[in-house]
Amino acid sequence: MTAELAKGASKSSIALRLAIKLRALIALFVVFVFFSIMAPNFLTVASLLIMAKHIAIIAILGIGMSFVILSGGIDLSVGSIVGLAGMVAGALILNGLTLAPLGIVIYPSIPVVVLMVLAVGAAIGWFNGTLVTRFGVAPFIATLGMLYIARGAALLMSDGATFPNLVGSAELGNQGFAFLGTGRIFGIPFPILLLIVIGGIAAFAAARTTFGRRVYAVGGNERAALLSGVRVGRVKTWVYVISGACAALVGLIVASDLVAAHPASGETFELSAIAAVVLGGASLAGGRGTIAGTIIGACVIGTLGDGMVMMGVSEFWQMVIKGAVIVAAVVLDQLQVRLGGGERS
Amino acid sequence: MIVLRADKVTRRFGGTLALDAVDFDVHSGAVNVLIGENGAGKSTLMRIFAGVDRPTEGRLLLDGEPVTFASVRDAARQGIGIVHQELNLCPNLTVAENIFLTRSDGLYIDRANEIERARKLLERIGPSIDPAAPVSSLRIGQQQIVEIARALAEDVRVLILDEPTSALSAAEVDVLFAVIDELRSKGTAIIYISHRLEELMRIGDHITILRDGRRVAYAPVAEASVAWIIDNMLGKTGQIERERTSGSDGGEAVLTLRDVDVPAAQGSPRIDIAALDVRAGEVTALYGLLGAGRSELMELVCGLRTGPGKIALKGRDLVGLSVAERVECGVLLVPEDRQRDGLFQNLGVGPNMSLANLTDLSSFGVVSDAKEASAVESMIERLNVKAHSHANPILNLSGGNQQKAVIGRCLMPGPAAILLDEPSRGVDIGARAEIFSTIQSLADEGIAVLFATSDLGEALGASDRIVVMANGRITGDFRAAETDEPALVRAANQSQPDIVGTA
Repeated sequence: MTAELAKGASKSSIALRLAIKLRALIALFVVFVFFSIMAPNFLTVASLLIMAKHIAIIAILGIGMSFVILSGGIDLSVGSIVGLAGMVAGALILNGLTLAPLGIVIYPSIPVVVLMVLAVGAAIGWFNGTLVTRFGVAPFIATLGMLYIARGAALLMSDGATFPNLVGSAELGNQGFAFLGTGRIFGIPFPILLLIVIGGIAAFAAARTTFGRRVYAVGGNERAALLSGVRVGRVKTWVYVISGACAALVGLIVASDLVAAHPASGETFELSAIAAVVLGGASLAGGRGTIAGTIIGACVIGTLGDGMVMMGVSEFWQMVIKGAVIVAAVVLDQLQVRLGGGERS
Repeated sequence: MIVLRADKVTRRFGGTLALDAVDFDVHSGAVNVLIGENGAGKSTLMRIFAGVDRPTEGRLLLDGEPVTFASVRDAARQGIGIVHQELNLCPNLTVAENIFLTRSDGLYIDRANEIERARKLLERIGPSIDPAAPVSSLRIGQQQIVEIARALAEDVRVLILDEPTSALSAAEVDVLFAVIDELRSKGTAIIYISHRLEELMRIGDHITILRDGRRVAYAPVAEASVAWIIDNMLGKTGQIERERTSGSDGGEAVLTLRDVDVPAAQGSPRIDIAALDVRAGEVTALYGLLGAGRSELMELVCGLRTGPGKIALKGRDLVGLSVAERVECGVLLVPEDRQRDGLFQNLGVGPNMSLANLTDLSSFGVVSDAKEASAVESMIERLNVKAHSHANPILNLSGGNQQKAVIGRCLMPGPAAILLDEPSRGVDIGARAEIFSTIQSLADEGIAVLFATSDLGEALGASDRIVVMANGRITGDFRAAETDEPALVRAANQSQPDIVGTA
């Protein structure tokens, strides 16, 4: 009798644990079903594709952010990098690159623009990482500073104005920028394909490579990692480089989608990215979380946002609900830690 | 008189039976020793006594009346104090602030008064500790004394000491035992948990032995013997430690230090070492009292600290190299504080062990599962780590097996020299013997081995050579076979830098 009771109890507790573990997936399912019923146009190909694009943006930012958070850091500058990256792309397409000593202006082709913008994002990330590792600035502060610096730089580039109509011209050979955000391959929007490729690479890197293992180690116990011969500074610098490059890619996608670069674009994106990572089960203390979790987290945030817009929920209520979902996710995370940590001798 | 009694106390965690109908009497005015291997249930029982945890079945009796402790505060109010094995101090606060952390009344804190009261408390057990100093500036042993002072700050009737001496030097153990004597004569009941048998025989009045969650034996200390304790604890006749017999006289000097002179920093003495060679094929014990500079010396060698002087590994200059570069050169440190500096609590046993050798276990940056699994498996077998699988969370292992995993990590890259800082800290007797036998076989394989200890028995029993440190200097250098305890104690208490010894 007691044995049966105990068995029943352990069965329900296993189910509870599984539910908490898979909370992001369950949340996604619930949110999806809810909006399918409540929002009339939710289940149409057109709106699902738009939603997938929004998800791709949050997820790519979240993937970069995942590495930073896994290492025990945080990157608040990604939203500003999104804005700056778009502006750099816009300036390169519209105004070209002025080589002052030679007095000439060159207009790089779109692939070169993309590479240059990614390099700018990576360089900003490298700067963040250097502040954190070389100068011992707390990640929160270093990247908060960069949040302002990059946003300010974006606004300075055009004096706050938008770079419109980034179609390029045939004689300059820089057409095709719009493909990044609006192009399709086999009917699938290009940003979604980008997410699939980047997500796959990132998941592999996190789970299977020496780099990924070292990121988890540094996030789990920095001193132990140091004593095990891990080049802690190098690992920590690289995670910010990855995050910066991911943010720059998102900046390109956003600007390309609108065929215009706006200096305020990407504001508060860092919060959505962090929310996606946390919803996906990562610990802000570092060392725990997965790329797949982050992508699922991004799906929840994206679905929730678009669904509420379609339902006509006011923007103010949207903020309240998003905040509540994030807090609930963290509460569940703590619950999981407590359930898992109950066994000690 | 029995002040506190556990009556058929059972504690289950899921399917695991941590305590199985355990009876335990706590006599007032006596030292009640509780002993058992890691995982025997000692900590679980103490957590129940201290109000951290509650029994699944059975009850507690305080002065003969059934009692339940709702919380640690509740237990403390009823006179139960505990000093945990792992330190529970806020490093950013001062000694006095830590002592009165949970005991400050009202809103206003009279700082001067608190410091004065802390000074009075510390007078008895740690006169060298400044109550106004931040805890982070103290060495582990001093922090432990602050913990004890914190427990004493309240009027305790039952004081639980969970391995209080594991980080203390011999002199501090004497101080602690004097304090225990005083408390005992005042009628306080002490529950004393330790792995150090000689200590138990010296300080204890009653001995209770736990094994696999059951009480297997009880005796007054007068009727107990070390052999009897070991038999009951292990369930078989076990040997504490294999005596080192096969040791060589040492080969090539692998690790050489010359003219190291690092100024004193907060909480650590000036390290001044004219010359020290650690030889291949030889187990060298680094013996010294707390604060002698053993840990600091090891941190200098592995690169956690830097300072003037020459440090070389097989003739290669290590000065200026980062910790990671020194690891690649082949010098690794098994740190003293396993939880803080050794373990990755977020990773399984396998990744914990393979980290230092990850590059060799991967190709083009991708970790090879097969290579990693076989490397981990063979190390687990070599060190006899008891883990169900590589994916097992490291925290599910007992202290001894965690320590073996950390040692295994340091062995994976095939080091030329290995430094172990207090390798037996928080480790049960069985695992301790295994760890020292591993250390000895490493030396036999030609690795230079240096281990720091504040335990004379370890220094004498497990090494070929004993280097003694005091106040940051080397004050003795002995062949283990040709020295004895008094000589080591004398060297460890020597303030002059004259080196004595047989080596």
